Amino acid sequence: MNDLLKFITCGSVDDGKSTLIGHILYNAKLLFADQKEALVLDSKVGSTDGNIDYSLLLDGLTAEREQGITIDVAYRYFTTDKRSFIVADTPGHEQYTRNMAVGASFADLAIILVDASQGVLVQTKRHARICSLMGINYFIFAVNKMDLVSYDNAVFKRIEEQINTLSDELKLKNIKIIPVSATEGDNITEKSDNMPWYAGEPILNYLENVEIKNTDDEAGFYMPVQRVCRPNRTFRGFQGQVEAGTVNIGDEITALPSDEKALVKSITVGDKESKSAFEGQPVTITLSREIDVSRGSVLSKDSGIKNAWRFNATLLWMDDSQLEIGKEYFIKLGTRKITGSIKEIIYKTDINSGEKLETSYITKNEIAVCEIILDEKIPISEFKKHKTLGELIIIDRVSNMTASCGVVEEIKLDDDELCTIIEGNGLKAKTYLFDEFFYNEKTFSIDNYSLKNNNYGINDEVPLKGESYEYPRYFDILALDSCTAVQIRDAVVTNLIPIDDYFYSGLPIVNGKGFFINIHSNDELISFFDDAKAIDKQQLYEKWMKFETYRRIIFSAGNWVI
Amino acid sequence: MSKLTHLDELEAEAIYIMREVASECEKPVMLYSIGKDSSVMLHLAMKAFYPQKPPFPFLHVNTTWKFKEMIEFRDKTAKELGIEMLEYINEDGVKKGINPFDNGAAYTDIMKTQALKQALNKYGFTAAFGGGRRDEEKSRAKERIFSFRNSAQAWDPKNQRPEMWKLYNTEIKKGESIRVFPISNWTETDIWQYIKRENIPIVPLYFAAVRPVVKRDGKLIMVDDDRMRLNPGEKPMMKSVRFRTLGCYPLSGGIESTATTLDEIIEETLSSVESERTSRIIDNDGGSASMEKRKREGYF
Repeated sequence: MNDLLKFITCGSVDDGKSTLIGHILYNAKLLFADQKEALVLDSKVGSTDGNIDYSLLLDGLTAEREQGITIDVAYRYFTTDKRSFIVADTPGHEQYTRNMAVGASFADLAIILVDASQGVLVQTKRHARICSLMGINYFIFAVNKMDLVSYDNAVFKRIEEQINTLSDELKLKNIKIIPVSATEGDNITEKSDNMPWYAGEPILNYLENVEIKNTDDEAGFYMPVQRVCRPNRTFRGFQGQVEAGTVNIGDEITALPSDEKALVKSITVGDKESKSAFEGQPVTITLSREIDVSRGSVLSKDSGIKNAWRFNATLLWMDDSQLEIGKEYFIKLGTRKITGSIKEIIYKTDINSGEKLETSYITKNEIAVCEIILDEKIPISEFKKHKTLGELIIIDRVSNMTASCGVVEEIKLDDDELCTIIEGNGLKAKTYLFDEFFYNEKTFSIDNYSLKNNNYGINDEVPLKGESYEYPRYFDILALDSCTAVQIRDAVVTNLIPIDDYFYSGLPIVNGKGFFINIHSNDELISFFDDAKAIDKQQLYEKWMKFETYRRIIFSAGNWVI
Repeated sequence: MSKLTHLDELEAEAIYIMREVASECEKPVMLYSIGKDSSVMLHLAMKAFYPQKPPFPFLHVNTTWKFKEMIEFRDKTAKELGIEMLEYINEDGVKKGINPFDNGAAYTDIMKTQALKQALNKYGFTAAFGGGRRDEEKSRAKERIFSFRNSAQAWDPKNQRPEMWKLYNTEIKKGESIRVFPISNWTETDIWQYIKRENIPIVPLYFAAVRPVVKRDGKLIMVDDDRMRLNPGEKPMMKSVRFRTLGCYPLSGGIESTATTLDEIIEETLSSVESERTSRIIDNDGGSASMEKRKREGYF
């Protein structure tokens, strides 16, 4: 049985997208006779010179024919001996970018057309950027209209260079660059004699043979729950699609966000009992015990997916009304719909140059990185780690329009997760001693943090040296907010005591953030404790704390590291 | 890692969509036309919610001119599967004697389009599944899987909601509704191959048999009952025919065929030179934009 390849054609207006697809269908004898007849008839009415206009195959709406442009995505279906295909032909005009994005979100592969007589245009870049944003990992750049530049290898080479530059900038993977003429049929379904200098294969060959590996590197198993199936009192099954990995009867899974565990009791794929299920299958799973699972929950095994309510996402704004900071929107992610808002626009991306620009507003067709806050914690992941739980749409609650779509770039954990916890003797000290934050040089947002999310207990060794810090082997930590003192002896946690029981030990003392506290006797310690209660934080820091003793700020690869 | 075949992938997509609608939409219904696409839809719905029955009713809009065998098949299927099957007939149209012979395009509008609107309004359905496929016709090729209708049930093709990944936006205002097409991405060949793979029952009219037909405008019309008006001198001939699409018998053109098994039908379909809607007469009035026009007016 054949597998299925979904691809899109995109590129600027008049680059010949519809013609290319029309030609594949026509050449591969994939048109029904009446469609051919209608095409000839439509061409007589629709095209200017009476020649067969392949694009009329796809521009199905009256408004499109009247204006001679593609407004919305058209889907076409064809099968060769090797594969079944669904192709989405997308509009080239900037004003219909969101329709192009619809096609891109659906596809595994993109054919981006470039007019040989014009080279890479702004719209080419926009489309490549959106394809990459939507998660497409396979690209064919079809340098079209080679017939108009006399099939000149030099012209092709020049454009090839432009494409490689673009591809480097966007970090595109799996690129093919093919010189074609969609109207003449060069290198579409058969290798062209007009370009002997091109050693590669024609487009259709590549489409038939390329192996798509999209989710192979996703960790573990996970399934967002679509619905709970309760046909009677005894059966309680969770229905959804396996998004990555494999699940077997007997596996221990964790339900998120409740974090409860249970064993898989039964698996049904469609309406058939099965011992296991794999990625892409629609399943019903029952569990060994009653735990908190409902629509929007995620069943997971070894996926590392966490609950969070704050994250940064790259958004493509699609609505006529512009993004409003602080406004309440519906956000749909996985099978969960939740209210939330955009807290901040971190920067927007210049479509042409890729530059990060500061801005206070975003309008239709713009791409920006924003911080989003949800009203509750939900299971969520970075798009590059788990595709399905990193995709989201934003819905305007008044107009109900899908105002934006985007992908999760970075999850922000809560304060108590975004630190190092030292535990022991029934005490818990929240510290930031061993955590480093990478601030973006331009935007001063946090690009990354060396979040170790480690918990240390008594007898655990701690990492004394990092890029921006180095502590002595023997010292004490006064975690004032947690009211706990921690003893580090020879780089190992040896004891935790309530802060009120702490006496000066003769060793250096640091606070929970790694600042040295300027204390050299028990009297000084007592007066420090008095100050801690009496004066405000800023004064306390000025009077007692030294940052530079053990920590420093360094500059590294475009980041200030603290 | 195992990989899904292309039929598995289409099946998974349809099931995902059905589950989303059942979970998010207030009052869904599945339109059931008794045709092969409806048979596939019903089968998918039975799978999607198993071991539960589909958590919504099925609705057949009856023009009163369907083939007898279709109605028998419908009643038998509903009984066997234990599903709720609603039937709606535009009684006003029946009273006025609207029929496919005298009323032409008005017949389709009154007995199908208007009847469908009346039925959806009567029951207050907010989402209706349909078996439309994008390969059937050019304006359908442009339609989203979740297709929105305003309070007059009209489609606005120039302003469709973006549909990203499988994150379907099901939000609507009071009075609005959604048409949902879970098998948008299936082709006619996929339908037949799936029917075969899953052993799905279909109306016998899809298989060739000797039937009484008359030839009109190059199309073979079956004389299904005595309401069929014969032109002067016209006599039913007995021919081995089958139907590629089923609807109202005076409007459904059969094709001469000897295909009596699914394999033979699939073979015929693969080598077919005519796409399927040409055998349905209503699409030929008004050129290639006529389906879009009807859809804007509320046709499914």
